[in-house]
Amino acid sequence: MEELKTRRPIPLSTNYAIAYAARDLDVDVVSAYPITPQTTVVEKVSEFVANGELDAAFIHVESEHSALSAAIAAALTGARAFTATASQGLALMHEMLHIASGLRAPVVMSVAMRSLSAPISIWNDQSDIFNARDAGWVIMFVHTAQEAYDTVIQAYRIAEDPSVLLPVMVAYDGYVMSHTTEPVVVEGRESVMKFAPKRQYPYRLDPDRPVTIGAIVPPEYYYEIKYQQVKAMEGALPKVDEVDREFGKAFGRSYGVMECYMCEGAEALIMANASYAATLKSLLPDAWKQGYKVGLLRLRLYRPFPLRQFVEYTSNVKSLLVVDRSISYGAPYQGPLANEIAGAKLKEDLGFNLISVVAGIGQRTMENEDFIALARLAWEGRTRKFPETVFYGVRE
Amino acid sequence: MTMIEIRWHGRGGQGAVTASEVIASASILEGKYALAFPEFGAERRGAPVRAYTRITDSPLIPRTPVERPDVVVILDRSLVRRDYIEGLKEGGIIVANVPLKPQELLDKLGLAGQYKAATVDATSVALKWLKANIVNTAILGALIRSTGIVRLDTVLEVIKSRFHGKIADVNVMAVKDAYDSTQLSWG
Repeated sequence: MEELKTRRPIPLSTNYAIAYAARDLDVDVVSAYPITPQTTVVEKVSEFVANGELDAAFIHVESEHSALSAAIAAALTGARAFTATASQGLALMHEMLHIASGLRAPVVMSVAMRSLSAPISIWNDQSDIFNARDAGWVIMFVHTAQEAYDTVIQAYRIAEDPSVLLPVMVAYDGYVMSHTTEPVVVEGRESVMKFAPKRQYPYRLDPDRPVTIGAIVPPEYYYEIKYQQVKAMEGALPKVDEVDREFGKAFGRSYGVMECYMCEGAEALIMANASYAATLKSLLPDAWKQGYKVGLLRLRLYRPFPLRQFVEYTSNVKSLLVVDRSISYGAPYQGPLANEIAGAKLKEDLGFNLISVVAGIGQRTMENEDFIALARLAWEGRTRKFPETVFYGVRE
Repeated sequence: MTMIEIRWHGRGGQGAVTASEVIASASILEGKYALAFPEFGAERRGAPVRAYTRITDSPLIPRTPVERPDVVVILDRSLVRRDYIEGLKEGGIIVANVPLKPQELLDKLGLAGQYKAATVDATSVALKWLKANIVNTAILGALIRSTGIVRLDTVLEVIKSRFHGKIADVNVMAVKDAYDSTQLSWG
């Protein structure tokens, strides 16, 4: 542990931190197409391949659909496959997202979350991920560049575990994280490979033992195969927790599946992820000074949803404000996460008042005072109902 | 330490974003926590751009625009105006690329007595060493000289790792030259 303490953080963006993780994981195949704000991930990875720091096949493809197709095929041969995308790229992959999970291909993909067209916006929100949430991938949100590096490493341990065999997305905010320089401890190839050694894929494509993967399945069997994905996702939940704990023992950093920050004595909570969670951590002390005793419920693992931890953290609060940075048009609550939380509240018979807030669409600026305003809303929610989704900061 | 917040104003192509990252990188290498991020727009050469650097000793740093900076750095002469000083904390520092004495700058802006100023003719320094109007490394010299937030050596180390060969050499000279020729309103 002495050695850990003296390791010197270096300045990296989240995009670069992810590229360093791919390098240290010795990925075998990288198949990606550049898209803002993900581009510098694959630029850096290709630099590592070009200068010999990473011995990988870098497949240049003509679209994201092909990028993921190639990554799936590579993973099914037993190679460690990596790709990265954002926004329209993730949308174009949509068909292959379901094929990756259905074929149980342990691909890991980083997503620099960005809004969707039209109109064209290159800026951040989370429309891309929330449109992909039902594709059967494990989805994890990270809130610092360090956590991005660490989580990509954890993601391969989770994805490649024989009891899981599911693809994993590691998602972070475009620009606000992807292009922000911050300190990151990079652990290096030797210790990362010790933590996440490559394993033999159990059903791999092999010319010497030919098999067909992904063939047509009649109604008598299709349902059971999809149900296996249900069970695999359930099984991934304790695995994510276990891998995170082991990561903590190996490297001195762990994050849990869901984090409750400043929750001691809090009467209200804000549920947020990624950069908003990071900002709230820094600003909640100011909210408390103003009398709003509000904690942060940071969503890290999204699929599978950590319901037990959610119940534990929310069972004694009076209100829960859920921040969505995407819109589920026409839904009962128009924030997709708030809709789910309404379901969880009903399922677990939880007593808090739910406040659905949509914010930051197309990277609409949120200043410090706006985050304090969210804390005030959460606080007001203890004694007041908010039956409709609040579209924070919109001009009508 | 309390958090130091820097707001950078320049025009696309002058390197304000790179400068904001170099200062954050140097701070990180000196063991502090720091964030640097641009105000993101579609990148257009010549358009006004802003960037932010926050430096502190805690990992808890907001990822929001800097509204109340301790230091405002202005890379482009056409942006040396009062509206770019907005929100600067009382007693804060203006670091500007202008061929004026710092007191003349404060008088011109009508801000004498309210703020401190550090001035350098970064354009001339950049043209001399880089043969181009890319003033970011020169203005870094003025920022380090006026604030002392990071050591000159650390910044030079970052520049040498970020740039290569002759480009690194001339940028190092630009930082040093600007460091030496910066004038302070208080010294």
